[in-house]
Amino acid sequence: MSEIKRIPGPAAIAAKGWWRTHKWLILRRISQLIVLGLFLLGPLAGIWIVKGNLAYSMTLDTLPLTDPHVFLQALFTGAIPEANAIIGVLIVLAFYLLVGGRVYCSWVCPVNIVTDAARWLRDHLGIKTSSQISRSTRYWLLAATLVLPIATGAIVWELFNPVSLLFRGLVFGMGVAWVVILGIFLFDLLVSRNGWCGKICPVGAFYSVLGHYSPLRVSAAQRNKCDDCMDCFTVCPEPQVIKPALKGAKDGIGPVILSANCTNCGRCIDICDKEVFRFGSRFNNREKEAKPKDAEITGLTHP
Amino acid sequence: MTDHKHEKHSKKSLDVSRRNFLSNTLKTACSVGLLSIGLGLYSRQASTLPSLALRPPGALPEDDFLGACVRCGLCVRDCPFDTLHLAELGDDVATATPYFTARKVPCEMCDDIPCVKACPTNALDHNLTDINDARMGLAVIVDQENCVAFQGLRCEICYNACPLKGEALSIEYRRNERSRKHAMFIPEVHADACTGCGLCERVCILEEAAIKVLPLKVAKGKLGSHYRLGWEEKEKAGGSLVAPDAEHHYNLPEGVHYDLQGEGLILEQDNQDTPFSSNPLDTLNQRRFENE
Repeated sequence: MSEIKRIPGPAAIAAKGWWRTHKWLILRRISQLIVLGLFLLGPLAGIWIVKGNLAYSMTLDTLPLTDPHVFLQALFTGAIPEANAIIGVLIVLAFYLLVGGRVYCSWVCPVNIVTDAARWLRDHLGIKTSSQISRSTRYWLLAATLVLPIATGAIVWELFNPVSLLFRGLVFGMGVAWVVILGIFLFDLLVSRNGWCGKICPVGAFYSVLGHYSPLRVSAAQRNKCDDCMDCFTVCPEPQVIKPALKGAKDGIGPVILSANCTNCGRCIDICDKEVFRFGSRFNNREKEAKPKDAEITGLTHP
Repeated sequence: MTDHKHEKHSKKSLDVSRRNFLSNTLKTACSVGLLSIGLGLYSRQASTLPSLALRPPGALPEDDFLGACVRCGLCVRDCPFDTLHLAELGDDVATATPYFTARKVPCEMCDDIPCVKACPTNALDHNLTDINDARMGLAVIVDQENCVAFQGLRCEICYNACPLKGEALSIEYRRNERSRKHAMFIPEVHADACTGCGLCERVCILEEAAIKVLPLKVAKGKLGSHYRLGWEEKEKAGGSLVAPDAEHHYNLPEGVHYDLQGEGLILEQDNQDTPFSSNPLDTLNQRRFENE
């Protein structure tokens, strides 16, 4: 996947305008920055709406939110959490089970901005290096993050977790965490396209497991219009998830992207000048090609 | 024929792809395995807390603490005195765990202990409800050679700063052997009351504090578990454990006896009507006074 056919965008802008080519991207960036901004409002402006960081936070002194991956690691060390942490983890679990686990990756995680930037630069510079890292590496690493607490009694992964390092760093103080973030940027830029988020990050792997059965999905509802421009494959951080849904008509596979690795980022919706994709529900997965006029998806169109 | 050939070919490619799959899986698993061993070992190293970094009140013993703390920073946020910090990557405290340095900003020992209340995981033990029960560390007078009190100078600033003055830190008087007529006012820490808040270390007037709060593990010795203190065992048993206590006999003049545990030399009152004291010491003292 290190070769791209063309720089995506111009065709879509010509067909539907700049805003509709960037809508979900902009909304995503706004979401990521709002999350970060809410946490920064306290330390920078003294307005304490949210305290803490992505591992655990307290909103307006009433709403606890706990990262389930960190929570699980703490449990595996034998720690016994307080009620607030348990309530927080249940709320977060319910949310991501509903909207898709990896919504965390594309709508919340600050590293996403770094790796998206690396990919953009890589494609524009025409860097074509590739590495042999398997996409399943992240699941092995996920297992390791859960075994290490049992083996050592400490939450080992959180010493290194770049997601925490970046977010906590911005809110509490970076130290030399910049070096780690720069490392990830350079890795994605020079070594492996979509390398960190798509192959290595165990946090994303955890959330993909979480979102396995989530109802909110991207659907290639109008896949019969696809002209094989490959733009969606180029912008997608997990391009392998598109193929079954987009090209599966002859094998009887429905148009909904069911892979748990889809991050629901909506970039394919933006970039497609034929408007093949849309947000929908996983339950609306019947073949619609025969009558494209009736292809209205009645499910959610907004996350 | 062609079918057979095709079948053979596809079987071969299946073998190849299976071999590829297995070798790739093995490769990934091994590299992740090696990486995790590295991470695990590093985390061991990173978990050694430097001796001047103190954990917030109620913190579990360090090993348990590193398992329970999710590094959310709520204790830091709820500390009204900005005492607590989250360790940044590159600090010598395990990344993102809360700590404070007594010499910079000590713990002010809030009555309501907001840091403990904020902790979602009991890494700061919620059973701690009285801040005086906190044991963040133990103040130790680490340098008697430079502490000005030991020079015979008046200071006592650590004593006066101590929130548990008189209990955790007291002043003991000691004869000043240099001047031979003054007392030295020596600060003395009592481990049964000291919370390790660090106020004493903060105010020490020396360039480098002579009283420092050290983690309990560093500050305290431990008596071998096989030790039995005779007098405690005796009290527990209600009497001597080995043989009945023998009374000590002194060879003293008549009318005089000696109480080892109490009054010392005791003179019986019978002989008071003679002009001469029965106490030979009186005679000696009298002579000395007369000579002077």
